[in-house]
Amino acid sequence: MSAVSLNNIVKTFGSFTAVHRMSMDIPDGSFVTLLGPSGCGKTTTLRMIAGLIDPTEGDITIKGQRINDVPIHRRNLGLVFQNYALFPHKTIAENVAFGLKYRDISKTDAEKKVRDALELVQLPHVSDRYPKQLSGGQQQRIALARAIVIEPDVLLLDEPLSALDANLREDMRVELKRIQHRIGITTVFVTHDQSEALAMSDRIVVMSNGRVEQIGTPQDVYNTPASEFVSRFLGVSNILPATCQAVNGQELSLELPHFGKVNVPKEKAPNLSQPGPAQLVIRAEKLLLTEKSAPVDDRIALDGKVEAVDYQGQAARYFVRVGDQQLQVINMIDQHPFQEGSDVSVRFRPRDCAALPGAAT
Amino acid sequence: MSVEAREKRQPWILLSPALTAVGLLLFIPLVFIVVYSFWLRTATGADQAGFYLDNWNEALTDPFYRDILLGTLRIAAITTIACAVMGYPAAYFIARSRGNKALLLLLLMLPFWISYIIRTMSWINILGVSGAVNWVLLNLGIVSEPVQMLYNEPTVILGLVHFLLPFMVLNVYVALEGIDVSLEDAACSLGSTRWQAFREVTLPLSLPGLAAGGLLCFVLSAGTYITPLVLGGPTDAMFANLVFEAIITQLNWPLGSALSLMLLAVLGALVLIYNHYLGMGQLMKGLG
Repeated sequence: MSAVSLNNIVKTFGSFTAVHRMSMDIPDGSFVTLLGPSGCGKTTTLRMIAGLIDPTEGDITIKGQRINDVPIHRRNLGLVFQNYALFPHKTIAENVAFGLKYRDISKTDAEKKVRDALELVQLPHVSDRYPKQLSGGQQQRIALARAIVIEPDVLLLDEPLSALDANLREDMRVELKRIQHRIGITTVFVTHDQSEALAMSDRIVVMSNGRVEQIGTPQDVYNTPASEFVSRFLGVSNILPATCQAVNGQELSLELPHFGKVNVPKEKAPNLSQPGPAQLVIRAEKLLLTEKSAPVDDRIALDGKVEAVDYQGQAARYFVRVGDQQLQVINMIDQHPFQEGSDVSVRFRPRDCAALPGAAT
Repeated sequence: MSVEAREKRQPWILLSPALTAVGLLLFIPLVFIVVYSFWLRTATGADQAGFYLDNWNEALTDPFYRDILLGTLRIAAITTIACAVMGYPAAYFIARSRGNKALLLLLLMLPFWISYIIRTMSWINILGVSGAVNWVLLNLGIVSEPVQMLYNEPTVILGLVHFLLPFMVLNVYVALEGIDVSLEDAACSLGSTRWQAFREVTLPLSLPGLAAGGLLCFVLSAGTYITPLVLGGPTDAMFANLVFEAIITQLNWPLGSALSLMLLAVLGALVLIYNHYLGMGQLMKGLG
């Protein structure tokens, strides 16, 4: 059964449509990420599930019950905010115990639950301190403890990691996933950070301009983007104009200027079913740069010239001119990166490509 | 001069104009007042310099002064409570409104563009015998003769609330602005109603602002003499009116000095108590 269902949700603010006919089902116990740039409607969606804003149209159900008209304080949801939102005038123990006050729980049970929750977030010794005496990462853990101690039906996380600095963010990512896994709680996570989404989610909902662009596992959305937006938003992609000449059995035959013919497996182009204008998507790391003299292999090889090099330590990002296109290539550095101006061979396998219908925008 | 010495000196250079002004215009006159309060006013009306305790004796023991001091503190307390009760919801509304915060704050400040005395006098045109309220009552036939509504303690309090409400609203507003809105959302998500969330989270966090506004309202209303002069009756004198009376009317500087120092001591003690519990920082926030 779905823990949370959105059915044709619309949210308008005046003449602005923040969320446009959104539908999705969130399976019980899963970790679902709403991913998109700022203003795409992801936070609005989360706040509608939380009950902080009302949808203009459509139904929201939690565990099969329509909750549109249930006020926030009776929805039994755990909410974690980007800025932690801990109560500064209450101790950590009082913060964590806050939600238990409104539930029928004896004092001793409540104390035990608070202890267990602090244990779970690995901060058992801070009960008597005040929020501002803790670091940002610790405050975020307390916010999480406060949200899960009430045993909510759904945990809602609104960019919970974005206020932390980079190293801590990656640690918290692992920690958050561990806790979610341990208690098996259905979680809706909002972020604009693709690496967070890819690392943590069971499913990613990619959003843009209030619409769902794609729903799928991290590997689905990364390897088989359903739209140009998704392919550009996740990772670094080369999107090349092409013409789909034929659809046969297992393959699509695409014709590209300068590249020639590329046969893409059908499962890498779920939305392209008939001949016509199309786009070929090649991830930057799926392109391989070699010396022109390297032996021929099973890859398609094109001549190119390195126009710029962006050195990143273990890898380098190259901007390579091939015909009238500039391609981005990300390769691990074996010994030395290729120099600007060097003539290279750009190689790729057709099965690593994806294809989208329609002309490039 | 070393860099360190220069850096140490800089704050004093920047402060010196203000310190000079405070020294010349506040501290030195205050010393004069203290000295005056020990002088003696002779039967001829001349002041005799020296160290006499007669004024202090009169100010501290005469029940007339004590009663008016208590009455002044009571009026100040009622005014402060009225400002808090009326100002808090207004401040909350402004702090939580989405659109026109700047406009609302401007409207709040607007009365400051008009002289306090004129604002006080304006009540005569509203509540006076030939004022707006009486005009309406007469024309509607509700009363046959004009009703005298002015010149009593309630109108003094009305005038003080009118004058001091913006101070309260601003102080509470600043405190509310500093409270993260998501705190109330968080409280609600944990199961408290909006009202419970307000009581548990927003109200306690805004108390310093409420206290700062309260202190300002109390001190300013306890020290006023214009409002009772304009809107009060003969029996509604407040303590500052006694000082005014002694110094301006009777030219009795020694007694006036002792009385004003008494008021200063009482209000100063209140400020110290406030400072002990809440610190001056909040007051500065509200004023800035």
